[in-house]
Amino acid sequence: MLQIEDLWVEVQGREILKGINLQIKPGETHCLFGKNGSGKTTLLVTLMGFSGYKVKHGRILFKGEDITHMPINERAKLGLGLSFQRPPTLRGVKLKNLLALYSKESDAGSQLALAYNFEDFLGRQVNLGFSGGEIKKSELLQLLAQSPDLSLLDEPESGVDIENLDVICQMIRKLLQKEVRKNRRKSGLIITHTGLILNYVNADRGHVMLNGQIYCHGNPLDIFERIKNYGYEECAKCHLFEQGFKI
Amino acid sequence: MNYSENHRDTKDLSDDDLLKTFTPASEVEEPKDIGEFEEEELERLRQTGIDLTTPDRTGTFIQTNHSVLKCDCQTPGVELLPITEALKKYDGLKDYWWKLISAEKDPFTREADQKLDNGYFIRALPGEKVIYPLQTCLYIRNENVAQHIHNIVVAEEGSELHIITGCSTHPHLKSGMHIGISEFYVKKGAKLTFTMIHNWGENVYVRPRTGIWVEEDGAFLSNYISLKGVKSVQTFPTATLAGPNALARFNSVIVAPEGSDIDTGAKVILKAPGSRSEIISRAISFGGRVVARGHLVGLAANIKAHLECQGLILAEHGVIHAIPELEAHVADVDMSHEAAVGRIAQEEIEYLMARGLDEEEATSTIVRGFLDVKINGLPPELNKELQEVVEECRKGM
Repeated sequence: MLQIEDLWVEVQGREILKGINLQIKPGETHCLFGKNGSGKTTLLVTLMGFSGYKVKHGRILFKGEDITHMPINERAKLGLGLSFQRPPTLRGVKLKNLLALYSKESDAGSQLALAYNFEDFLGRQVNLGFSGGEIKKSELLQLLAQSPDLSLLDEPESGVDIENLDVICQMIRKLLQKEVRKNRRKSGLIITHTGLILNYVNADRGHVMLNGQIYCHGNPLDIFERIKNYGYEECAKCHLFEQGFKI
Repeated sequence: MNYSENHRDTKDLSDDDLLKTFTPASEVEEPKDIGEFEEEELERLRQTGIDLTTPDRTGTFIQTNHSVLKCDCQTPGVELLPITEALKKYDGLKDYWWKLISAEKDPFTREADQKLDNGYFIRALPGEKVIYPLQTCLYIRNENVAQHIHNIVVAEEGSELHIITGCSTHPHLKSGMHIGISEFYVKKGAKLTFTMIHNWGENVYVRPRTGIWVEEDGAFLSNYISLKGVKSVQTFPTATLAGPNALARFNSVIVAPEGSDIDTGAKVILKAPGSRSEIISRAISFGGRVVARGHLVGLAANIKAHLECQGLILAEHGVIHAIPELEAHVADVDMSHEAAVGRIAQEEIEYLMARGLDEEEATSTIVRGFLDVKINGLPPELNKELQEVVEECRKGM
């Protein structure tokens, strides 16, 4: 599904990503752990193709196609989707209008909103005055309408209260086809700080990012427990998980 | 004589000298009947929100230059008269005439006082809730004419009325001046919606002077739309919320092409407890200059007032100047403002592109949202015009 090869990325002249290698197979969900400022969001936004994120070296393959220099919307059309951590406010643009634009079915937006208890927000201006949890819900609703094959989720559970966490995770499970047991096609790459999401969404692999590099690959629950006990630096140092693991 | 050439040099003239360059409307020959209008003129009126064929209008008033060509309102509960007749019928309209604006305010009010052409008098009778809008049109048909208008609108207690006013010039006319005095009286519990559409020629000067008085539980809702080129507009309606829980809301959508100088805004004096106000403007510059003013004055407790100006500059040399002012005289007020001007943020465009829209679709979606200020009952022709603006913005990116 996704293959990142020795990816070096610069933002405003500063080197942020320093040789990232990562592979996600169809149907897999991966988690990305790491401190604030370690480069996690930069990786997701670079994968989506945002301006200001300069690929200096390496390449990104998606479904076998080199998308390293592809325009954002073409990546989206190819099946890549991103749920933003802090999306911009679009004044006057109503959520229902966006859902209608993204979805192939005309009433998909209202059906989705109904399913996830978000009807009141359809007529609201996108992200204007939304709470943290509402932003996450709105992002996931938009992704569900778009139905990407690889969902990049940037801290989908941060700022969400316990009651809504359940709904958010239901949405993620739907997005990643977690109900499908055989031949699941949808994949995900999730940034998480709290690890809370691991209680609701099973992930196949975890990675630890530190200073723009990925140090550790392995079982996400094991990695998260290590981080909790020893901190990110220690976890990055050990290199122990899955010795012999090949990208 | 080519007046439009002549008028390019008026920049340094004083207001008094500027006024002298125009011919008073009373001195030009007038059509006797709307039947004399050419098809392109009727089309022009439609683009300005005036529809002479639809049954969905409470009444119609059309004034060309100096003459009232149509003044027709069959709806019971609404009175519509040329202002010159109303002044006779109601003994000079003593309670309303020059009560909210001083005739001595500036050279333009003086000129309107001395050279009054006509205008409309509209009154919604007590308790009448009028469903369809009443349309009025102020039209300059001859080159380089100055038109002097004075309107009085009274919404009596508990009444409801929507007025659509289209102000325009002949499609081939370049130069002219429109001076329009308007005084609005919204009485207890009444609701008056006033939608004004400007569609002028490129060398036309426009000087509206407007006062609004709102009593207890009354509401004045103003929509102002100007999408086409104009030489110079200067307008700053002032509303006084005189009774408890009175409301005044001003929405405006302004597009300034190259060469246009549009100075607009509103002032609201919140005098009574519980009164509320909102001034919201959306301005787009394609090279012209927009000044978006807003001045909220809180004089009583428990008032709520908000000012919002958003501006997009889509061409070089464009200027948007937002001047928001909040003035509170008591502590217990809730007053706020926000203003933002510039280009469409790249971040917003890319956000939509990440969901699969191409750059053009993303831009149109953002501009469409930007221009959506919830103007109810907008005639379909105007929606089409707004759509064209969205298209132009897309191209201008």
